Amino acid sequence: MDLEWGYAERMSVDLVPSPAISTVLDVCEATVQFGRFTAVDHVSFAVERGEIFGLLGPNGSGKTTLIRALCGLLPFTEGSAQVLVHDAGREAESTRARIGYISQKFSLYEDLTAQENMDFYAGIYGLPQVEALARKAELTALVGLGPYLNRWAGRLSSGWKQRLALACALLHRPDLVFLDEPTAGIDPVARRDLWDLLFQLAAEGVTLFVTTHYMDEAERCARVGYLLNSRLLAVGTPDELKQWPGVTPPGTRRFEFIASRVASVLERLRLHPAVHQATIFGLAVRALIDQDVPPSELGIDLQREGIQVFAAEPSLEDVFVALSRASGERKE
Amino acid sequence: MKDLAHLDLGRIKSMARKELLHILRDRTTLFFALFIPIIQLTILGFAIDTNVRHVRTMVYDQARTQESRVLLQRFQNSEDFKIVGEVFTDDTLAEALVSGQARVGIKIPANYSRQIAAGQTAQVLILVDGSESSVAAEAVNVGNAIALQESLAHLLQGQPVPVDSRPRVLFNPDTRSPNFFIPGLMVVLSQAMAIMLSSISIVREKERGTLEQLFMTPVRAGEVILGKMVPYLGLTVIEFLWILLLMRFLFLVPIHGNVLTLLAIAIPFLLTMLGLGLWISTRVQTRDAAVQMAMGTVIPSIFLSGYMFPTDSMPAPFWIISQLIPTTWMVDASRGVILRGAGWAELGQNAVILWIMAVLALTVSAKRFRKQLT
Repeated sequence: MDLEWGYAERMSVDLVPSPAISTVLDVCEATVQFGRFTAVDHVSFAVERGEIFGLLGPNGSGKTTLIRALCGLLPFTEGSAQVLVHDAGREAESTRARIGYISQKFSLYEDLTAQENMDFYAGIYGLPQVEALARKAELTALVGLGPYLNRWAGRLSSGWKQRLALACALLHRPDLVFLDEPTAGIDPVARRDLWDLLFQLAAEGVTLFVTTHYMDEAERCARVGYLLNSRLLAVGTPDELKQWPGVTPPGTRRFEFIASRVASVLERLRLHPAVHQATIFGLAVRALIDQDVPPSELGIDLQREGIQVFAAEPSLEDVFVALSRASGERKE
Repeated sequence: MKDLAHLDLGRIKSMARKELLHILRDRTTLFFALFIPIIQLTILGFAIDTNVRHVRTMVYDQARTQESRVLLQRFQNSEDFKIVGEVFTDDTLAEALVSGQARVGIKIPANYSRQIAAGQTAQVLILVDGSESSVAAEAVNVGNAIALQESLAHLLQGQPVPVDSRPRVLFNPDTRSPNFFIPGLMVVLSQAMAIMLSSISIVREKERGTLEQLFMTPVRAGEVILGKMVPYLGLTVIEFLWILLLMRFLFLVPIHGNVLTLLAIAIPFLLTMLGLGLWISTRVQTRDAAVQMAMGTVIPSIFLSGYMFPTDSMPAPFWIISQLIPTTWMVDASRGVILRGAGWAELGQNAVILWIMAVLALTVSAKRFRKQLT
């Protein structure tokens, strides 16, 4: 499979969002219940125009349900949400003309060619013929789909499927695009290319609401929300979240131990009472240690084993681990 | 109705074009749509003959006289019976029936000729295997008729018979089975096709998640439904015409009425069935379940629509059900046009009833479909 993006042919896309709107999403105490199960529990946040908003959370935390409710496919049992200044539930039809949606699972027609899928959605969004032609050409170039236009969508690789889905979701120049785990199951190169594309779109004023499992993807978002057990535990820029005191509690410091035998280092670190958290991160062990205990006094002969020690900043993963723990403790 | 005004023709067209592509790409379905009728028609058209002929008959002739042989000859000549053998004890006669070697046993007592000569009633025992009701009924009728004829011949001694009934079978003078079956079969086949296609077309989108993607766009439920119905109506009409062609030119069933009249009545019928398929699709999540439910609706309509058994002889509750089944009206119209040469004067009522059913089926299922959407 040819994974060249075709940067040369990529053109700037003329996306003109409605200029008056600055708050694209305004969610207030939104709750979705299925019988006695609460899938989304009093969630509040706002998303500004042109932002890439990342929603993180484990499977089953309520991410997809929240998106479906924001698109008006499910009613909020409590609270409300304004999507592009329209009420998500009552005025869903007005919003749907201005939003795009890419689902977790490839949801275009596999027995239709890429071209036919685009034609279909251009028709469904009511694009006039001349505009549809121009727009399809524009997006084909943008996502680099040119060589695959006449291939059945079902026979494209998952990376190309995702680009086709993006092209179809952008045909009607939406102000807001929901992407539900758009990079799940696609290769790293295609993943990076997709993100380049998302940045480009955001720069042109399109607001992107992305759910993901990947921490590196979360780091790329302008702002991030963390959803766990149906509750939104935190919202902020990645830097803001890392500043949260719960991540690095007072009296502790974070270090990175670069070693050749990380597993053995981890094991011994965990046994020491001054070590609060320790986890392997590539070729290093990251540990949260009492401030008054220097790393050399943790029962490991750093020099003899050739271990290097650096002070470390918390990662978003550290933030989410801390948030999850805090949430668990509160429950107990 | 106010919703209808809001429907966007462009979106319906896009929907219909996409659905047409699905149909053309799905070669298996297309193949079966055109091929299965040929198989079914061949089976029902050539293999099945509802006329009872040549019933295997075993004879136990105790009399062995000229009169007894004349009587047996009459049975043989009727073409309804075929004497396959002779036995010489009651037990072997009974055994022949139990084993299925013969369906009818005729026993002529030893005193048969003597009793006739003495002017007394001679008794002939006719044993009939009742396990096949149509054969049994026919054997009993023909057996009685032969006995009556024989009696009259003896009483009248050569004088002319006072009353001679000459029944004429209209519309299907040779009582050919294909003429009777195929006009009904055509209805049942296109019904199964319509229900199956429309239910699967939506359930497939549910299974693959494409329906959810569609719901995220401004498309309306009515547009989805109409866009899907148009190509499927086209396909089922083609199927209907295809069977009609096979019937006329392969099975040589004459068409006495106007094909256009038949087609005009078939359209509301097919729409009703497409609506029923749509309704099924709102109730199930998988294609297998849709196919099962579709078959479930086809079976009662085969048995209660008059396609196989006349509705007139049904007990009241079943007769009422039969009148509520759209197939009943279509089978009647199909036989009416093809066999009896009926036109609008006779079948206008069928058309009106089928249009009412079509509108009802489509609106009810469209409502359910839309409810599911939100």
